[in-house]
Amino acid sequence: MPKVIVNDIEVDADPKDNCILAARKAGVEIPHYCWHEALSVVASCRMCLVEVGEKKPDGTIAMGPKLVPGCQTPIKEGTVIKTNTPKVKTSQQLTLELLLLNHPLDCSICDQAGECYLQDYTYKYGKAHSRLDEPKLQREDKYHIGEQIALFTDRCVMCTRCVRFTREVAGTAELQVVARGSHEEIDVFPETPCNNKLAGNVVDLCPVGALCSKDFLYKKRVWWLKHADSVCTGCSTGCSIHIDQNEDKVYRLRPRENPLAQGHFMCDEGRFGFKYIHDERRLLSPKLVSSTNGAASSSVVGSSKGAGGAQFADPWKDVLATTRAKIKEAIKTDARGFVAVLSPFMTVEEAYLLSSYLKQLDSRVRLVMGPVPMVGSDDMYPKGPKGEAPEAGRVKFTIRAEKCPNRLGVEAILRHFEGEVISVAQVVAKADATAWYFVGGYQHGWVTESIDRGVAKPSLLIIQDLFPSPLSERADIVLPSGSFAERDGTYINHSGLAQAVHAAIRSPGDARADSRIFMELTERTGLFNATALRKEIGNAIRALSALSVGDLGEHGVKIGVATKEPVLA
Amino acid sequence: MSNTEFKPVLLGRVGRPNSQTLESYRADGGYQALAKALSMANTDVIEVVKSSGLRGRGGAGFPTGLKWTFLPKDVNGPIYLCINGDESEPGTFNNRVLIEEDPHQVLEGIVISSFATRATTAYFYLRYEYGRCYRVLKKAIDEMYANNLLGKNILGSNYSLDIHLHRGACAYICGEETGLIESLEGKRAWPRIKPPFPAIEGAFRRPTVVNNVETMACIPHILQKGPEWFMSMGVAKDPNNPRDAGSYGPKLYCISGHVNKPGLVELPMGISARDLIDKHAGGVWKGRKAKAVVPGGISMGFMTEKELDTPLDFNGPGRVGCLGLGTAAVIVIDDQTSMVDVLYNACRFFAHESCGQCTPCREGTAWSTKILERIRAGHGKLSDIDLLLEISNSIGTIPGSTICGLADGAAWPIKTAINKFRPEFEEYITSGRKSESRLLAGAH
Repeated sequence: MPKVIVNDIEVDADPKDNCILAARKAGVEIPHYCWHEALSVVASCRMCLVEVGEKKPDGTIAMGPKLVPGCQTPIKEGTVIKTNTPKVKTSQQLTLELLLLNHPLDCSICDQAGECYLQDYTYKYGKAHSRLDEPKLQREDKYHIGEQIALFTDRCVMCTRCVRFTREVAGTAELQVVARGSHEEIDVFPETPCNNKLAGNVVDLCPVGALCSKDFLYKKRVWWLKHADSVCTGCSTGCSIHIDQNEDKVYRLRPRENPLAQGHFMCDEGRFGFKYIHDERRLLSPKLVSSTNGAASSSVVGSSKGAGGAQFADPWKDVLATTRAKIKEAIKTDARGFVAVLSPFMTVEEAYLLSSYLKQLDSRVRLVMGPVPMVGSDDMYPKGPKGEAPEAGRVKFTIRAEKCPNRLGVEAILRHFEGEVISVAQVVAKADATAWYFVGGYQHGWVTESIDRGVAKPSLLIIQDLFPSPLSERADIVLPSGSFAERDGTYINHSGLAQAVHAAIRSPGDARADSRIFMELTERTGLFNATALRKEIGNAIRALSALSVGDLGEHGVKIGVATKEPVLA
Repeated sequence: MSNTEFKPVLLGRVGRPNSQTLESYRADGGYQALAKALSMANTDVIEVVKSSGLRGRGGAGFPTGLKWTFLPKDVNGPIYLCINGDESEPGTFNNRVLIEEDPHQVLEGIVISSFATRATTAYFYLRYEYGRCYRVLKKAIDEMYANNLLGKNILGSNYSLDIHLHRGACAYICGEETGLIESLEGKRAWPRIKPPFPAIEGAFRRPTVVNNVETMACIPHILQKGPEWFMSMGVAKDPNNPRDAGSYGPKLYCISGHVNKPGLVELPMGISARDLIDKHAGGVWKGRKAKAVVPGGISMGFMTEKELDTPLDFNGPGRVGCLGLGTAAVIVIDDQTSMVDVLYNACRFFAHESCGQCTPCREGTAWSTKILERIRAGHGKLSDIDLLLEISNSIGTIPGSTICGLADGAAWPIKTAINKFRPEFEEYITSGRKSESRLLAGAH
């Protein structure tokens, strides 16, 4: 570990670090625009100019005569970095003044305001006044950049991060620089908009408000947004994300850097695919259907907001009591015929709560795996010139065909309690189930015709799901559950990385996260606490022993579930 | 070419009938230097060039032989030689004459240099605007292929070489060596960050040497007449300055601007600007006096009339506050011309030609042009002068502020014009004068 001295602070750096990373380890920020860890170095914004020197073995320090870009300059033992000298500060001030020359300063209507590096750096390193006396260059906004992307050309600082992203990570190379000098602009080739499946990342990469997401544009000022760390449930890659919400409405998802999971980015399927959680068709209230006398009469159990005297009544109390009784009754009648179907959208904790409860009622109860949604084949980036997948060692991002977040986690639970993973299709084929407990939570409809037909008319049908389905129409009990943004728990991705998800919003209506439903259903004491449960699971299940740490940290923990695919492919 | 004492070497064949043909070049002793080189070890050729003290004629004046030795010793795969014929510094036209009038001299130099550097392919990057050069060169290269001077086993040796003639992309920045390489690769001519230097990783990620056309033209003569002959001309190195490599050999000086006889002359290095103007360019036109002289392309800055006795070698212009000798393109500005107009024209050129990669250059060149535009429109303020100076200091004269040298080139005209002609700027601004000529020739 080479020792580096940053503004008189000595710090151990990585031999591969550049000055920016080494300084970061010493707690010193070197401002930069064009440099990004996941992209090639161009050293063109000149914001990260610092003084670099060397501490000789005899203790003397020799500083170089030039300012050098911190992004481009490697470090070695004894490198001295200075970011607080007058020379560096003057250079930073001037660079910012130059960047702001043709910038419209329309922060008041700019989406980026509040998370803008031009604002932040100008505040920290810039000066209050511009000496520009001439009119600014004015350029057309470009709404044609992509379906999801708008370019506010005036605000661009020409860092070319977006251009490099489409070339180096997406491989689709739609974006380019046109014209020269101060007239330079980012643009696309005519009639080839930037609509690749990773296009949304250029909005995150843009350090200023030039590239904006049309989806998020003018929806919310960013300072009102609250962030929760979570995991994207779009596919089994399990991208680490931030969920940005305000007043229980999710406005956007952003990738959260995680070297163990996906790296820096996320795909547009995941990024814009969260809208279903606010769909008005969602199940909002628990429902009991009494099927006495042959004629079914359904009753939506009084919503807490409903009319009448039961304004503050808990609609769940009766429902869960009835559910519990019915489960017990059904198991008593035919334990082998009772089948609980676990969805790969459930967290490890939820799967554990339900499985341990049912198995403890009667070990003959069958636990099976719900449908695992698969769409196409794995989609790998960067794409070649003809759209072909990259060679094995050069993959930088993969959108997986398995469109669910936690197959491995649920399977680990099933293996522990059931000994093997049986799919719901197998049970349907055997047609020997008499009672079903379906847990859904899928993004898209999952009740296939064969399931619909195979379930037929059981003695008990419990559906716990987000959306109405053919099964929920004729279910005896419907329990409205929570989406991924409402869950706490653990997801295990394709490579066996267990990551913590945190609830960002409260469920709509009377819906509840599965974890909370199970806590009450199984009559466990206390509130759901993912960390405590994780420890319990880690101690109880050998395959998941890595979870016993409780706190999985920012990046998650590898649990060592066997996987054929390479880690971080 | 009116110098009676000095017999031109590089321009020796210019003006003769059919000077472009292989036949006439051979009749004048052409390609003997190549035959000689091919009979030597390539390292010996490098040694000869190194000992001649030849410095690159493209502007930076880097010792050519030394540059060649930067190539890695053990290379698997090809080495490339790129010839920089993207002559785009304002006032410069020496390469053009060399190519148009005596292409084989340049091409012989290229083959010898390729042999010395073990290059198997040479790329001739020619400025797009040079249509005649392209046609002349193409014909000359075809002649060479037909006469075993290019292709497999040149002149019966085991050395083989191909030359590709590439027409440029009409941009000043393509003349920067890594910008040229990027452009050659079919990309936007954005200069690369260094290291790695082209000698390690250049064109197509292979070791590459980039040399100027005039440098190439010197090579056959050095081989033929020996390094001592080359060192007999020019200015010897300063014995008190260990970093000075001397300024040896003949040099082509381009003279343009307000003189009676603009043109190209070949002289030993180190003639003073005054002699050049008076003896070789017929003096300043219309009986006027020179106010300012650009020593070597506009990016080098300005010399005043008092500084005209400065020798135009690699070190001379630097001693009077200019950036360097550059391309030895002398532009003379007479005493009736406003320096504000001159500087405006220079700034406009650089704002137009800035590649736009680095912030200081992209924004700084445009900003200084805007300020001068405003001054010329009669709305100048005295504080603008210091502002211009500060911009020029921040974009170029602080080393390290940009990737390539264009920003330095854009900054030095501003810096020298204001430092040397400040009273004129002040007078211009306080008088509230407006420039008569809004439109100037040159950049658009």
